[in-house]
Parts: sequence; structure tokens; C-alpha cells
Amino acid sequence: MDEWLPLIWYGVIGFAVFMYVLLDGFDLGVGILFPFASSRAHRDVMMNSVAPVWDGNETWLILGGGGLFVAFPLVYATALPALYLPLLLMLIALVFRGVAFEFRFRADRSRRFWSTGFFAGSLFASFAQGIILGNFVRGIRVEGVSFAGGALDWLNPFSLFTGVAVVIGYALLGATWLILKTEGDLQAWSYRLVRPLTVGMIGAIVLVSLWTPMMSAAIAARWFSWPNMLWLSPVPLITAVLSLWLWRAETRRAERAPFLLTLGLFLLSFIGLAISLWPNILPPDITVWRAASAPSTQLFMLVGVLFLMPLILGYTAFSYYVFRGKVRHGEGY
Amino acid sequence: MELDPLLLSRIQFGFVVSFHILFPAFTIGLASFIVVLEALWLWRRDGLFLRLSEFWTRLFAVSFGMGVVSGIVMSYQFGTNWSRFSHATANVIAPLLGYEVLTAFFLEATFLGVLLFGRNRVPPGFHFFSALMVAVGTLFSAFWILSANSWMQTPSGYALRDGIFHPADWLSIIFNPSFPYRLAHMVAAAYLTTAFVVIGVSAWFLRHDRFRRSSLVTLRLGLVFAAVVAPLQLFLGDLHGLNTFEHQPAKIAAMEGHWEDQQGAPLLLFAIPDASRETNHLAVAIPLLGSLILTHDAHGEVPGLKRYSPEDRPPVLVVFWTFRVMVAMGLWMIFVAWRGSWLLWRRRLESSRGFLRLCSFSLPVGFVALLAGWITTEIGRQPWTVYGLLRTRDSVSPVEGSSVLISLLAFLLAYAVIFGFGTYYLGKIVRGGPSPAMPDGEVHTPLRPLSGAGRASGDEKE
Ligand code: HDD
Ligand code: HEM
Ligand code: HEM
Repeated sequence: MDEWLPLIWYGVIGFAVFMYVLLDGFDLGVGILFPFASSRAHRDVMMNSVAPVWDGNETWLILGGGGLFVAFPLVYATALPALYLPLLLMLIALVFRGVAFEFRFRADRSRRFWSTGFFAGSLFASFAQGIILGNFVRGIRVEGVSFAGGALDWLNPFSLFTGVAVVIGYALLGATWLILKTEGDLQAWSYRLVRPLTVGMIGAIVLVSLWTPMMSAAIAARWFSWPNMLWLSPVPLITAVLSLWLWRAETRRAERAPFLLTLGLFLLSFIGLAISLWPNILPPDITVWRAASAPSTQLFMLVGVLFLMPLILGYTAFSYYVFRGKVRHGEGY
Repeated sequence: MELDPLLLSRIQFGFVVSFHILFPAFTIGLASFIVVLEALWLWRRDGLFLRLSEFWTRLFAVSFGMGVVSGIVMSYQFGTNWSRFSHATANVIAPLLGYEVLTAFFLEATFLGVLLFGRNRVPPGFHFFSALMVAVGTLFSAFWILSANSWMQTPSGYALRDGIFHPADWLSIIFNPSFPYRLAHMVAAAYLTTAFVVIGVSAWFLRHDRFRRSSLVTLRLGLVFAAVVAPLQLFLGDLHGLNTFEHQPAKIAAMEGHWEDQQGAPLLLFAIPDASRETNHLAVAIPLLGSLILTHDAHGEVPGLKRYSPEDRPPVLVVFWTFRVMVAMGLWMIFVAWRGSWLLWRRRLESSRGFLRLCSFSLPVGFVALLAGWITTEIGRQPWTVYGLLRTRDSVSPVEGSSVLISLLAFLLAYAVIFGFGTYYLGKIVRGGPSPAMPDGEVHTPLRPLSGAGRASGDEKE
């Protein structure tokens, strides 16, 4: 049992982080696209399309961080100080973006300020998350149980690139979400964004897939040795299929497929990263077992997760159901 | 100059958590108040309650938003700034925070969407249920976070091995000795804080002869509620203090400004405690009362600070004064609530303009008391993060002082901006008042239910 608990927790946290990317990803994406919309009416609709759900979406981020604290405190206590400044950027960006939902609707003279706050907050939060992701892939310098690197270790070309990649990916999620939730001009505009953003996202995936094996011999061995190459080949193959499908879906003017397919791309990238890093949770050498908290702690919390998670998923789904359908201007939720 | 990450982290943590607590304190009480208003609306079908509920919900939305964003900051502080503390205590404390996320945050956040935007999309009963879930969520949240904090104050149910805390008994971890007192005292504090905002706003409307009917309803509700809960808070505070006396006597010695062990200790009303000379200046005291309060015996023995070596003493000056500020605010609340209830009983409430002015002047007393109370508690437990077991200086992260300085300045700036705008918008919503009903008694649904701040502030027709 004690052997298995960390594995289960790895799955739980993976699930929480994925849910976060899935849910907050599209609402951050909407924020990134926000200033480029053609009219204030469009921007109001864009914001209204996420206003009732953004808070719930962001809760998954707290669960991700909190989950690390519960299950893998060594990661929590080493990665967070190491990523001090990018986390600061993310938090401050989320502060501005979060209050912008309420503030922008109350403002008259300061409306532009909060529109900018919403955009910049969304952009920088996404960029910071990408930097954080990049550093998780590259690894962090740890001695004993403490972070042992410098304040600017996180600042490296690879992580800056993953930062940009996440911004592009979230923007694509945002655009496909808008296709789902809007109609008319705004929807047509969102359709036009899909292709360039898809190209960007695929480009980023390919580049990261080449860059990581070049950075780490272990990752190269994981993917490019026989018979791994055979077992793992579905990952790139399905990614290719989904991208083509996404391209076609745009031509067909499908409404739901683009969003779902983009999620599929995210899921595959996720799986790909997990394969590269396994069994480390924080490279180069902190494994899921080494980072784990006391078995009693993991068990105590797991019981809660097993009972409460279905409930949470249930009422989250219900709230999306309440706010189903297209958002129209002037109707507002 | 060498930048000390410890000192800067302490300043930063104190600042961001103090900022954060202002909003939960208000929203915990307000969420319950909205449930009451929604229930009255369902029961009486009087549009007045609906207007009131929507008015207070608008204020709720803005405060809640600020609570959420500053809370997300909090949940990362433990790792970024107190990583050694986190590593040592995670086994015990982290699940408490984890349960807070699972039982409270998801509940609040999800049903908040329905509460704010769902009035026309769900049946009235379900809308009420959503308000209830948000309120329940805020209370669950208080439960878990205070359990975590109380465990740091009075740790129990753990085993300490190689500097790492391991859980031994979950029930005694959650229900650690100071938790029941802290929870009761804090929830009462949040309710009182909100009650005084309601009292203050209602009295302000009455003074300006606006929304008379609805403001009278809320003013009465607030005053009668406070007339019961404010004295209750005094009682709860006394119990809390006795519990602290048992588990953290050094904190009590600092709160009371006692240096020597004494029997029949006085109660200091005024003094300037001086840590370097180990004495008080300008002391004004009531003999024997200190012992009477703490031991319920006028000649009981109470320990003084000198019993502890200087590096184990909390900073006495701050703790001494913030404690007095809190108690003063508590007594002030009792006075206002009782005086108001008396006027209400004599049917002179509306016409007592002086008293109404006093009420609007008292609007922020809850916030002041709350911050003062927390500062007493948190600085009073120095130099420990886990009382008696883990020192604050052994808790801090191995980060560079310059990084912490940057983050501290960034938070100061960001919070100043959102606090400034936030209070401005809150003020705007308040001035707009409870929105008027449409002639046919139908509810007026604005473009967005929350866009009340911008709307004309037409007075209600009586
Ligand atoms: C007694 C009450 C209380 C106290 C002492 C604290 N909080 Fe809090 N917190 C709440 C009561 C609360 C709340 C009422 O539940 C809030 C206010 C707005 C909200 O969304 O929930 C909240 C929000 C909130 C959120 C956002 C939740 C969301 O997205 O819905 C986080 C992550 C935290 N808090 C974390 C903390 C941490 C780490 C604290 C201590 C260091 C802390 N809070 C002190
Ligand atoms: C919400 C109201 C709270 C306020 C206003 C508050 C205030 C403060 C202040 C002023 C400090 C700095 C003390 C010093 O270093 O001299 C502090 C420290 C700290 N508090 Fe709180 N606190 C609150 C709640 C909490 C809660 C709920 C927790 C934990 C669950 C907590 C955990 C800590 C920790 C870890 C530190 C840093 C270590 C230390 O200085 O002891 N606080 N707090
Ligand atoms: C009227 C008499 C009051 C007394 C005798 C009293 C007593 C106390 C004591 C002894 C503490 C320190 C607990 C510790 O040792 O850690 C405390 C903390 C606190 N008080 Fe009060 N209090 C009073 C009124 C109030 C009021 C009116 C409020 C707010 C509306 C308030 C809010 C708080 C808060 C938020 C804390 C910190 C959290 C905690 O430890 O519970 N208190 N109070």
C-alpha cells in the first residue's frame, strides 16, 4: 500500500493540474485574445462567457499547489522557492485579472485600465505558468531537502520558450471556447484565429519534443531506444491525427470539435511530458517516492479526495449546465 | 546593507495575510446575511427583501473577488517564503489546507457563479440553495484554516522525528486545544464585523433620508443581532484568553504587560512596556483585576515575562497595545448595540440623529478589532511558528533577500491599487443603494445583475 500511495497521488495531482489547464486555460486564453476583438460589445460578451465560472476554474490551481503540499512536500518546499519570481509574476497577474471581472463592470472612467488589467493579467499569468512548466522539465538544483540554486536559475531559453508556448496554447483554447459560446461576427472572428494558433501550437510541440531529448540524455533514451520507440509511437501519431482533424473541423465550421480537439492536444502533450520525466516528479533525481509525505498523511487526504472529488465534479458540471448555450450581448448571465 | 529574507518574509506575510483577512471576515458574515435576506424574500415575497439581497450581493461580489485573489497568494506563500516550515509540518498541516480546498473553496466558487448570475436561470428555491452553499463554504473554510493556525499555536497529536512532524492522531490534530476557542471567537468576529457594516450603511441612508423602509429593517436586524453577539464575544474572548493562559503563558504575560511572576496581579489600563529595560512606563492599573480575570481568583498566581529568557519572549509593546485596541473595540460594539436596542425599544431610533451618526462612524470597528486580534495572536506567539517546537528563523525559505524585497514591494503596490479601486467601487455601490423595484413588483434585472454601481440611484417609492 505504502508503495502505491505516491503513485495514486501522482495521478491525482496530474488530474488536478490537467483540469486546471483545461478549465482556466480557456478563460486565460479569452483574456489573451481580449484586446484584439473588434468592438466593446464583443469584449463584453467574451468576458461574460467566463465570468460565472472563472473562480471555480482557478480553484484547481489551488488544489494543484495544495496537493503538492499534501502529497509531495519536498517538491512544494524546493520548487516554490526556486520559482519565487515567476510565481510572484503569476500571482500578481492573477490578482489583477481576477478583480478585473468585477471592477471592469463597475468602472466608467477606469474601464480601459481594467480591460488592460484583464489582458495583461491573463497574458503574464499564462507566460509565468509556461516558465514554471519549463523549469519542472529542466529540473531544479536541490541539496538535501532544500533548493540550492540562485534567484535567476529559472531564467533560461527553454523555459522562456515554454512560456510562449503556453500562451499560444491557451489562446487556442480561448478561441475554440469562443466558437462554442458565441455566434455571428465574434464567432467568425474566433474561427479565423484557429488556424494560425494551431500552427503555432503544433510548432511549439514539435520544438519542445526535439529540445527536451537534446537537453537530457535520459529523456532521449526514454523515447529513442528500442522497443520504447514502438510503444510510445502512438503519442506523436495521435497528436498528428488530432491536428489534422482540428484543421478539418475549422473548415467544416464545427462548433464543439475544435475545443475538444485542442483539449486532446493538451492531454497528449501532458502525457508526453509525464513519459519523459517518469519516475521523477522533479528532475534530475527527486522521484515520486522520495518526495512523498507520510503514508498516513497521503491516506487521510486520499479518503477525502475519493469522497469529495465526485461531488465537486458533479456540481462543477452542473454549473456549466446552468450556464449552457450561447452568450449574447446585453443578455449577460 | 544586508537584506534579511527572514525579516522581509515576516513583513510580507503579515501584510498579505492582513490584507486577505479583511475580505473573508466581511464575506463570511455577509454570506450568511444574504441567506437570511433570500429566505425572507422566499417566505414573505416582499420585493424589499429581494432588493436588499441584491444590493448586499453586489457588495459581496466585489469583496469576494478581492478575497479570492489575495487568498490564492496566501496558499503559495507557505512554499515560497516558509519552505522549511512547510517541509517540516506538511505531514500534519497540509491535509487541513487540502480539506479546505475540497470542502470549501470549490463549493463557494461554484455556487457563487449561480448566486451572482443565475437568478433567471434556476428556480428561486435553487437560487436560495446556492446562497446557502456559499455561506456554508465560507464557514467550512474558516473551520479548516483556523484548525491549521490553531495547530501551529497549540500543536498536538503529532510525533516529531528528525525535525519532521508526523501525524499520530488526526482528531487531536484537527481539534487541538486552542481550536474550538479560536473558531468560535473568529466566526463571531466575522459576524460582528459584517453587522457593523450593515448598521453603518443603514444608518447612513437614514441620515440622508434615503431608502428609509429597507434601511430601517436592516438597521434593526443589525443592532439586535449585535446586542446579543457582542457580549457573547466578550465571553468567548475571555474563554479564549484562559485557554491561552494555559498553553501560551508567555503570550498572556505580553498581552498583560506583566514582567514579574505575581500573586494578585493588577490589570494595566495604560502603559508603555519597554522590552530593553524589562519594565513598564506610565502604568495605570486596577489592582488585583488581572489575577481575577485570568485565574478567577483575586490572589491567583500569574507568570511574568522575566521567567522566559529574552530570546523566547514575544515583542511585548505591539502585543500589549493591539490587545487593548481589540478589547476597546469590543466594548464599543457592546455600547453601540445596547444603546441602539434601547432606542429601538423606546421607538426613538429613527429620530436619534446623533446616534445614527455614531452608527455610521462605527462602520469599520469590526475590521480594526479583527486585525488587532490577529496581530495579538500572531506576534504573541513569536518567536515560534510551531509553538515551542519550531522557531520562525528556522522556518524561512533559502531565498535571497533581494527577491523577497521585490515581492514585498510588488504586493504593496498591487494591493494598494486594488484596495484603492475596490473601496472606490464599493462606495459607489453603496451610494447606489438597494435598487428600486419595477412598478409591477417585478424585479428589475439590469444588463448584468451586478452592474448596479453604475445605475442611477433612484430612491425607492414607499
Ligand atoms: C477565518 C477565515 C479565514 C482565514 C483566517 C483565512 N482565510 Fe482564506 N479565505 C476565507 C477564509 C479565511 C474565505 C471566507 O473562505 C475566502 C474569502 C473569499 C473566498 O473566496 O473564500 C478565502 C479565500 C481564500 C482562497 C481563495 C479560495 C477561492 O478561490 O475560492 C485561498 C487560496 C485562501 N483563502 C487561503 C488562505 C490561507 C493560506 C490563509 C492563511 C494563511 C487564509 N486563507 C486565511
Ligand atoms: C487571517 C488573519 C491573520 C493575520 C492578520 C495574521 C497575521 C500575521 C502576522 C502579523 C504575522 C507576522 C508575525 C511576525 O513575524 O512577527 C504572521 C505570521 C505568520 N502567520 Fe499569520 N495571521 C493570520 C492568520 C494565519 C493563519 C490562518 C495561518 C496558518 C494557517 C497563519 C500562519 C502564519 C505563518 C506561517 C506566519 C509566519 C511565521 C511567523 O512569523 O510566525 N496566519 N501572521
Ligand atoms: C470584547 C472583548 C474581547 C476579548 C476579551 C477578546 C479576547 C481575545 C484574546 C484573549 C485573543 C488572543 C487569543 C490568543 O491567545 O491567541 C483574541 C484574539 C482575537 N480576537 Fe478577540 N477579544 C475580544 C473582542 C474581539 C472583537 C470584538 C473582535 C472582532 C470583531 C475580536 C477578534 C479577534 C480575532 C480575529 C483574534 C485572533 C484570532 C484568534 O486567536 O481567535 N475580538 N481575542
